[in-house]
Amino acid sequence: MTLDEIKRHIEQHLPDVALKPVRESLLVENAADLTRVVEFLKDDGVLQLNYLSSVTGVDYLTFLECVYHFYSVENKTYSLQLRVRVDRDDPHIPSLVPIFRGAEFQEREAYDMYGIQFDGHPDLRRILMWDGFAGHPMRKDYQQEDSEVLDGDDIEWLRKHDVSVSEEHIKMAESLRTGGESEETQSEQAEA
Amino acid sequence: MFEKLRVKTKVIDSGASGLDTQTLEVNVGPQHPSTHGVFRMTMVLDGEVVKSLRPVMGYLHRNHEQIAENITYSASMPYTDRLDYFNSMSNNQAWAMTVEQLAEVEIPDRAEYIRVIMSELTRLVNHVSVIGFLLNDMGAFFTPTLFAFREREKILDVFEAVSGSRMMCNYLRFGGVNRDLTDEQLGQIKVIVADFPAFLDEFETLLAQNEIVCMRTQNVGVLPAELAINASVTGPMLRASGVNYDIRKVDQYSVYDRFEFKIPLGEKGDVYDRYYVRMLEMRESLKILNQALEQIEPGPFMAPKVPACLKNPRNFKPPVGEAYCRIEAPKGELGFYVVSDGSKEPWRYHVRAPSFINLTVLEAMCIGYKLADAIVILGSIDIVLGEVDR
Repeated sequence: MTLDEIKRHIEQHLPDVALKPVRESLLVENAADLTRVVEFLKDDGVLQLNYLSSVTGVDYLTFLECVYHFYSVENKTYSLQLRVRVDRDDPHIPSLVPIFRGAEFQEREAYDMYGIQFDGHPDLRRILMWDGFAGHPMRKDYQQEDSEVLDGDDIEWLRKHDVSVSEEHIKMAESLRTGGESEETQSEQAEA
Repeated sequence: MFEKLRVKTKVIDSGASGLDTQTLEVNVGPQHPSTHGVFRMTMVLDGEVVKSLRPVMGYLHRNHEQIAENITYSASMPYTDRLDYFNSMSNNQAWAMTVEQLAEVEIPDRAEYIRVIMSELTRLVNHVSVIGFLLNDMGAFFTPTLFAFREREKILDVFEAVSGSRMMCNYLRFGGVNRDLTDEQLGQIKVIVADFPAFLDEFETLLAQNEIVCMRTQNVGVLPAELAINASVTGPMLRASGVNYDIRKVDQYSVYDRFEFKIPLGEKGDVYDRYYVRMLEMRESLKILNQALEQIEPGPFMAPKVPACLKNPRNFKPPVGEAYCRIEAPKGELGFYVVSDGSKEPWRYHVRAPSFINLTVLEAMCIGYKLADAIVILGSIDIVLGEVDR
C-alpha cells in the first residue's frame, strides 16, 4: 500500500479529518483529530497498523512537531509515519497512551525534552532529567548552563564547606544574579 | 540490599487473619548489582508481594541526542557504541544504515556480509551474557556468567582484531566498513562458529532442565501477546510471547534475504520462554554465520561510487530530508530517526532504544509476584542503561 492509498483509505472512513502529505508521511493538520485517526489505524481491518514503533518530538523553531511511526505486526509490507504540528508556546497533543501503552515512556521523554503536553497521559512526569529541572533541553533555544560560571547557590555551598572562592567567581555570580548585564558586558567584550 | 527503607503507616488489611498488615515502600537501586546498572525501581510491597512498581531512570543520561545534533554525522558513529555497549556493532549498523538511506548510498556486497557477520556475532555476545546475568539474578553467583564470558571473550578477540577495540568498536562507516576482514580473521570466526554449538549444548544441559531454573522462571512474569504488541515490546521478549515479528525477516534489510533461518517463538511469554528463545536464537545466528562465511566473496569493502557529499566524510552534508531506519538489534528494534537540513550536523537525531521501551511493561509483569521474582523479570527484559538513559 502506498502513502496515497493509505491517505485515501483514511479519508474515506474519516471524511472530516484533514490530512496533508509531507515527504513520506501524513500530517494530521488538527492535533485534536489524532486520537481518532490512530484508533482507526489500529482497529481497521485493512490497515491493521497495530504497532507503534516510535514517538518523538522535533523542534522546527516556529513550531513543534511530534512524529509517530506505525507498523503492522500482521501485515508486514508497509508502514506509516504520522506527524502533528503544534504551537511552540502552548503545545498540546492528545496522548496515545489509552490506545498504545508503548507511547507511555516515549511521550514522557518528548515532554521532558521538548515540553510537549500530552493531554490524557496518565503519568506525565520528567523521565530522563530530574524532577525540578527547569526548561526543556532539546529545544533549539535552550541555553546551556556555563560550566565556568558558579551561581550564588554554588558559592554558598562552597563557603559552607570551607572552600575558598576567587573574587572573579563572586563577581560573575553577582552579575548572573542581577540578570542581563553580564550578557551585555560579554557581548561588548566580544565586539571589542 | 535496599538503599532506603521507608515504612508507610497505611494499614491495608486487618481482615481474616486479624493481623494488622501494612505496605512497605522500597527502593531497589540505583546502586544495586541486579538492576544491571544505575536503575531504580520504587516498589510498594505487601509482605514480599509487589503491589506497584515504578521504574526511575535517567542516572546515566547525557543527552546523547543533543550531542549528536552538535557534531557531524560521522562523528556520531563512536557515540552510538556507547548506547548499548554490549552491542556496538549493531548500533553502528543501525546508524550507518540510516545515513545511507538519507544520502542514498549503495553498499558493496562484501561490506554487507561483513556487517551481517559482525551483527550476528554481536547477538551471540549479547545473548550469552544476558543468560549468564539472568542466572546471576537467580542467585547462582557468577559461575554461569563466567562460563558465558569465556565464550564472549573469544568473540571480543575477533572484534579487537578487526576494529582495534573489544567493546567500543566504531567499525562501520557510511558506505561500508572501516577495514577489510583478512582471511586469518575469517578463519578465526570460522573456528568460533564451529566450536560454539558444543558450548551451547553444554550450557543448555546445565540450565534448561535445571530444577531451580525451571522453578524460578516458569510461569513467572507472564507477558500476554496482546499487551506485548500494544506496549511496543520488541525483540526476543516479543517473540517469547509468541508473536512472529523479526525485522530481519520483515524488512529483509542488508542481505538477510539470502540466508535461511527460523524465528524461534515462545508459547507462554514467561521468563523461561524469554531465556529459551534467546538460546534458540543463538543457534539460528550460527546458521546465518555459517551461510555468510560460505557466501562472502572478495571485493571492495567500501562503496566505490559514493555520492559527492560523502567524498569527504568530515564535510559530509546529506541532502535535506529525513530517514527512519530500524534493525533487529539483539535487544529488539533499534531505530534511528534523523532529520537533515542540509548542513553538517543533523537537525534532529533520535534513537528509538529497545531496552527503554521494553521497560514499559515491567510493572505489568511484576505485579503479584514476589520481590525476588521482580529481579529475575527485570533480568529477562535485558536492559543496558547506556541505552535506556541515553
